[in-house]
Amino acid sequence: MTATSNNASTIEAPGLDWRRQIRFSAIGALSCAFIALAGMPVGLNGRSIIQPVLSMGYLSLLWVPFVLASLAGSQVVLEGMTERERDSKDLAAGALVGLGCALGLAVLMILVQNFNLRDPLVNWSPQLLDLLSFGRSTTLGVLLWTALGTIFGVLGGAMHVVPGGMRRKTLTVALSVLTVSVLETFLTDLLEGFGLEVFTDFIYYKRGGLEVAGALLVAVLAIAIPLLVGTRITAVRTRVQEMPASERSRVNLVLLAVSAALLLVLPFFLGKITNELLANVGLFVLLALGLNVVVGLAGILDLGYVAFFAVGGYTTAVLTSPNSPGFSPQLPWPVALIVVITLTGIVGLFIGAPVIRMRGDYLAIVTLGFGEIIRLLFLSDWLSGWFGGAQGITNIPGVDVGIGVVKGTDPRSVFLLVLVFCAIAIYISWRLEHSRLGRAWMAIREDEDVAEAMGVNTTNTKLMAFVVGAVLASFAGAIFSAKVGSIFPTSFLMLVSIIILVVVIVGGMGNIAGVIVGALVLIGVLGGPKQPGLLQEFSQFKLLIYGALLVWMMLKRPEGLVPNVRRSRELHQEEFLQDAWLRGEIDADDEENES
Amino acid sequence: MTTTYDAKPASRVLWVDRFLTLIRFVFIFVISVGLLAFIAQQINPQNPFAQWINPDATGLTAPQFKGLLVTGLAQGAMYGLIALGYSMVYGVLGFINFAHGEVFMVGAMSGMITSNKLADAGLWEDAFLFSLLFVVVSSIVLSTATAVIMERIAYRPLRGSPRLIPLITSIGVSFFLQNLSVVLLGPGAKSYPALPSWLSQKRSLLGFDIEGTKLVVLVTAAVSMAGLWFLVERTKTGRAMRAVAEDKEIAALMGIDVNRTIVTTFAVGGAMAGVAGILWGILFRSVIHTTGFLPGIKAFSAAVVGGIGNLGGAMAGGLSLGAAEATAPLLLLEPLGVDGVSQLRDAVAFAVLIFVLLVRPSGLFGERLSEEERA
Repeated sequence: MTATSNNASTIEAPGLDWRRQIRFSAIGALSCAFIALAGMPVGLNGRSIIQPVLSMGYLSLLWVPFVLASLAGSQVVLEGMTERERDSKDLAAGALVGLGCALGLAVLMILVQNFNLRDPLVNWSPQLLDLLSFGRSTTLGVLLWTALGTIFGVLGGAMHVVPGGMRRKTLTVALSVLTVSVLETFLTDLLEGFGLEVFTDFIYYKRGGLEVAGALLVAVLAIAIPLLVGTRITAVRTRVQEMPASERSRVNLVLLAVSAALLLVLPFFLGKITNELLANVGLFVLLALGLNVVVGLAGILDLGYVAFFAVGGYTTAVLTSPNSPGFSPQLPWPVALIVVITLTGIVGLFIGAPVIRMRGDYLAIVTLGFGEIIRLLFLSDWLSGWFGGAQGITNIPGVDVGIGVVKGTDPRSVFLLVLVFCAIAIYISWRLEHSRLGRAWMAIREDEDVAEAMGVNTTNTKLMAFVVGAVLASFAGAIFSAKVGSIFPTSFLMLVSIIILVVVIVGGMGNIAGVIVGALVLIGVLGGPKQPGLLQEFSQFKLLIYGALLVWMMLKRPEGLVPNVRRSRELHQEEFLQDAWLRGEIDADDEENES
Repeated sequence: MTTTYDAKPASRVLWVDRFLTLIRFVFIFVISVGLLAFIAQQINPQNPFAQWINPDATGLTAPQFKGLLVTGLAQGAMYGLIALGYSMVYGVLGFINFAHGEVFMVGAMSGMITSNKLADAGLWEDAFLFSLLFVVVSSIVLSTATAVIMERIAYRPLRGSPRLIPLITSIGVSFFLQNLSVVLLGPGAKSYPALPSWLSQKRSLLGFDIEGTKLVVLVTAAVSMAGLWFLVERTKTGRAMRAVAEDKEIAALMGIDVNRTIVTTFAVGGAMAGVAGILWGILFRSVIHTTGFLPGIKAFSAAVVGGIGNLGGAMAGGLSLGAAEATAPLLLLEPLGVDGVSQLRDAVAFAVLIFVLLVRPSGLFGERLSEEERA
């Protein structure tokens, strides 16, 4: 949009594509009916966002017309084109998409009223009809949904008509109200720790959800805070950016120290539930950091990553628990940890060595096979003399750290322990990423043959990725078994590998910050394989959402939420080259050489 | 790492290769010892060699062994049918469609729904063959539709992206479809209606006692395979598919609609998975949302065992994998003195995959892939 100001003859982008609008309204109709039949409105209705006005159940339907209408209205503006003037036609298009969504729901309501398909479809229920018709007659429900769908569709279309600042403010308000409502448990707990119950008592309704006044307050704050401090923050940021490099790194170091100190203090102000939640998030951060080394840095898709977690957990259990059936040395946890790390590293070598020469996709399936084999071995009667089979190993003692014992009944201590190990893991992956080994991994990820030709020993390097990943997972395994106090093969399903993969990919492959963000957002809000997140109502939908997220991320944003610069360049190589060409950085000869 | 450039590269690489050779030998050693112990215990369970390895050695009777083999072959035929889909998609697009097992699950689920509805209407008992036909057709339609929609939404936009991207996407699709079944149809196993007794009774054939259902599975698999062979080798569509598998760009230049051919490939694979789904329903009469996962992985293993891209190989791989999985626990592991061998059935299937990839990565019957996909 910017570069071609010298190009006088700009073309206006083509007008509104009505066929696209109709396609989106059909998609909307199907998605609304699908969401309703998946049971989201009924299942999530117990959770309110704004107390009497809006519940999560209705929100699960209402976002569809809004988002689809704004998606349908968005247009790719090619280089050399001016953006089309937006007018009332866009509002009409939004209304059309919204109407489509409403139509889907209306048809569904009429069908639910007249036919009974409850036998295969479990959510084809009177409750659904009741909820969709707002507890009144179906006719009224159809009329109301038509109105609601159109309104939200028009709003979605309006997102393209109103000026950018206005659009950003609306989105900020909506998102902050939603976030504050979702974070309710966490915020209540945190503010209670600081003795600020007054605030949370004011904004939250007693049995969950924001009060209307609270929502208004949050909205006002969401607009006011950026207005008050926004300019100052940008000023500070530019000042830091203008500093010389040595000073800037000192500022960064101070920031890091302050945030680390804050994190260490944080658990003492939090209650049990929140500490537990954060400890789970921390465990997944550890696991995801490990998988990030394997998938993100070295580009090896390991689908059996849970195997290392299982080996770490089981080894700790065998070494520390007095109930271990076969061999029970009852070592203290720190001593056991050394054995665990060594052993898991060796298992990493053993699993890595046979698969290292395989094609990337064969490797994925074979590692998955190894993951399942290891779980089946832990489960089997054959080895139950060592690992207890389906009964698992119980009575695993906590971690004695001198001043106290870290165990599952005291989530605060677990969270602190997890924090320490996360810090270690972050340090390891950060140093490795910028080491010779890390560069070799990235070279292999980009092109294995070229890396080999450049003198990288691909076999050893790839094996090292397996070993480092395995060691990081063994941290998580050791903490997990001390935290839970017992260990069963059912904790190590293939599902766990996939969830860790989703965390890494959604967060941003190859980026430490991205992985942490991914774990916070996914595990913290939606929950892990067995651990509940902040949105406990989502437990029956979270795996569905994980699957959908994985596909959506791969299609639309393969570099993740917080992308790694180099990785996203690899993924969008063509676009980068094109941009560079348009800017005149590459001329024709260079391009020849490139390809 | 303090490796230096002047070290001989060969000596740095070799230890992995030595380790791999060692693993291969261990595999072969375990298999041969197991087989020897099995033979020894078959000759006489009190045989000192058999006793030495497994004190509880008992030996198998011939009917037991035949029963295992038939069960294994029937399951293997099903794996083979699913494996065709993996093999065809890998041949044409060069990636593992991880979600193909879920297409099979969709087939089994839709068969469950329609057959229960027919049983409620009383047609399942009265007009069994007609209703079976209806069930099969509807499940083929649904699983084909699933496969085609999947290709359109998730895979087509990713064509030409880095290799792992479509694979990760297909894992997402697989996860999504599994959980879609949970939220739409509810968790928990669902059962098929009872089969008529003339179908499920045992009958003897060529010295084997085969239950009618297993016979149906074997015959159906053979017929589907013949149909597929005809489609791929003798029709214009099949020729287009082979051409696209060989080289997409040249095929397009020759006037072949590549997109349409790829969709056809997915559709045919989906139809085969649908048939396999119904066969699963007839064999086990129970289906749950995870039904597609393990058979899917095993079918992929079967495709690799037979040589990926090779359709006859996929079927043969399926049969041999099924037979290995059913007999190996009792044939190799039990004589070796392993307890609770039936729990290790799935582990055996994975071990077969690993073994074949270690010893003969191109499969027993050779791969048929274009150059770029072999990279």
